[in-house]
Amino acid sequence: MPPSDSSTPPPDDAALDAYIDAAPVLVGLVIDPAYRDGVKTHLRATAAAARLVLEFPLDDEAEPAPVFRP
Amino acid sequence: MSNEFPTATEIAASVRARKTSARETTAAALARIAALDHKVNSFTDVLAERALAAADRVDARVKAGEAPPLAGSPFAVKNLFDVAGIATRAGSKINRERAPATEDSILIRRLEQAGAVLVGALNMGEYAYDFTGENVHDGAARNPHDLAHMTGGSSSGSGAAVAAGLVPLALGSDTNGSIRVPASFCGLFGLKPTYGRLSRAGTFPFVASLDHLGPLARSAADLAASYDAMQGPDPEDPACAGRLPEPAAKEIDKGIAGLRIATLGGHFARMGEPDAFAAVTRVAAALGARETVELPEATRARAAAYVITAAEGATLHLERLRTRAADFDPDVRDRLLAGALIPAAWTIAAQKLRRWYRTRVLEVFERFDVLLAPAAPVRAPKIGQKTFVLDGNTLAVRPNIGIYTQPISFIGLPVGAVPVWLDKGLPIGVQVIAPPWREDVALRVAYALERGGVSTAPVAAL
Repeated sequence: MPPSDSSTPPPDDAALDAYIDAAPVLVGLVIDPAYRDGVKTHLRATAAAARLVLEFPLDDEAEPAPVFRP
Repeated sequence: MSNEFPTATEIAASVRARKTSARETTAAALARIAALDHKVNSFTDVLAERALAAADRVDARVKAGEAPPLAGSPFAVKNLFDVAGIATRAGSKINRERAPATEDSILIRRLEQAGAVLVGALNMGEYAYDFTGENVHDGAARNPHDLAHMTGGSSSGSGAAVAAGLVPLALGSDTNGSIRVPASFCGLFGLKPTYGRLSRAGTFPFVASLDHLGPLARSAADLAASYDAMQGPDPEDPACAGRLPEPAAKEIDKGIAGLRIATLGGHFARMGEPDAFAAVTRVAAALGARETVELPEATRARAAAYVITAAEGATLHLERLRTRAADFDPDVRDRLLAGALIPAAWTIAAQKLRRWYRTRVLEVFERFDVLLAPAAPVRAPKIGQKTFVLDGNTLAVRPNIGIYTQPISFIGLPVGAVPVWLDKGLPIGVQVIAPPWREDVALRVAYALERGGVSTAPVAAL
């Protein structure tokens, strides 16, 4: 499948804030307001890393290894 | 022994020849730990009684005619290894409430079967999510070569204890660089074997997809001897590949003739300080390696390892994050909380990239037998340092020390970390990277560099 991610902008602060407001409840977490800035910093860094991964085109058939063997 | 700081294999030879006893070598290690560990803060548990009893058993075996390969050699383990009778804390506060482990992890049992003597458990970054060696609960381990500087992590105590000459051998774990970074900062030899080679059973996990275990030591021969003793299948670790032992020690002195060795360019030639590349250049020159080659998409590979680590690590700790968030090391907690929110699409794409990248890298190994790269972008930063400047960009230290190690462990390649001393300052390491299951090749090269005086691992003056 061709990548679409490179054409979408990286999440801005508002998007990250909205996500941090909404997502924790889905995994049963409550983020203490004191931790929020740290969480946001790391989520932004991880989103940037994920973008590097997602924008790289791989075929539908390029499956992950169920048991990875080097 | 004439040498004040004999290596593990030198100690074993002496004990087998009954020039000294396991009890003497063990007692000497315990005395040095008692005298000096407060300077480097490497041990969290010292097991004197157990160690002396084990040493006596080794002496009895030698007396009965056995010749254990590591007879009487003291060793210590990162405190994520189960040690019978103590709670496996994995650098955390929370895990101290666990029941004490009922038996030793399998790698400890295998090393003791080979005659080595466990003397204690070692400090580490909380839950192994660390490259610095700092720990809010137990205090930072300190670099024996300059106590104001980081040991590197997360196998921080493993690096500090060996570089301080407290033990000749320590075990660590390496998910993204946690053996290779402390080896680099503390000036030691380290081995991260192929993913699936050594059983991880009886150790506290971090990232199932990427966790490895391995030794740190002051000589390549010690890496090989301990690695050989720890090999073998183990159904208790689902990732353990089940290969029969393929000993590396017996041909470690075979030399490097015929090996096709190249230096990694691209990702591995960017971002670091000049020291990192000067160390690689020195090693490459000594090995006669003139070619440079790139690993395709290494930067994306590193990013994928970063994503998988955050997601799998967070999932491992999810219940503790729900109920005990305040008890985590703050530097670790916020990364794990962010990791718990990662969409599945990110990690699955990262796992797909992993398999693709593995195929491309194996193509590079059709042309080369060994690849060289820096082990870290900098020499050991100061303890407490939060940022550094790489290629003009100010970056957080903690997540970015592993930029060169992550793309290699991502696909489980075996690596020997070798120390280089560019001047009278702190050391910096080089990764000697081999194809899957060829730890023997990485160790041969490390041994040749040691023999040639290019890589040395002196005990720090304390």
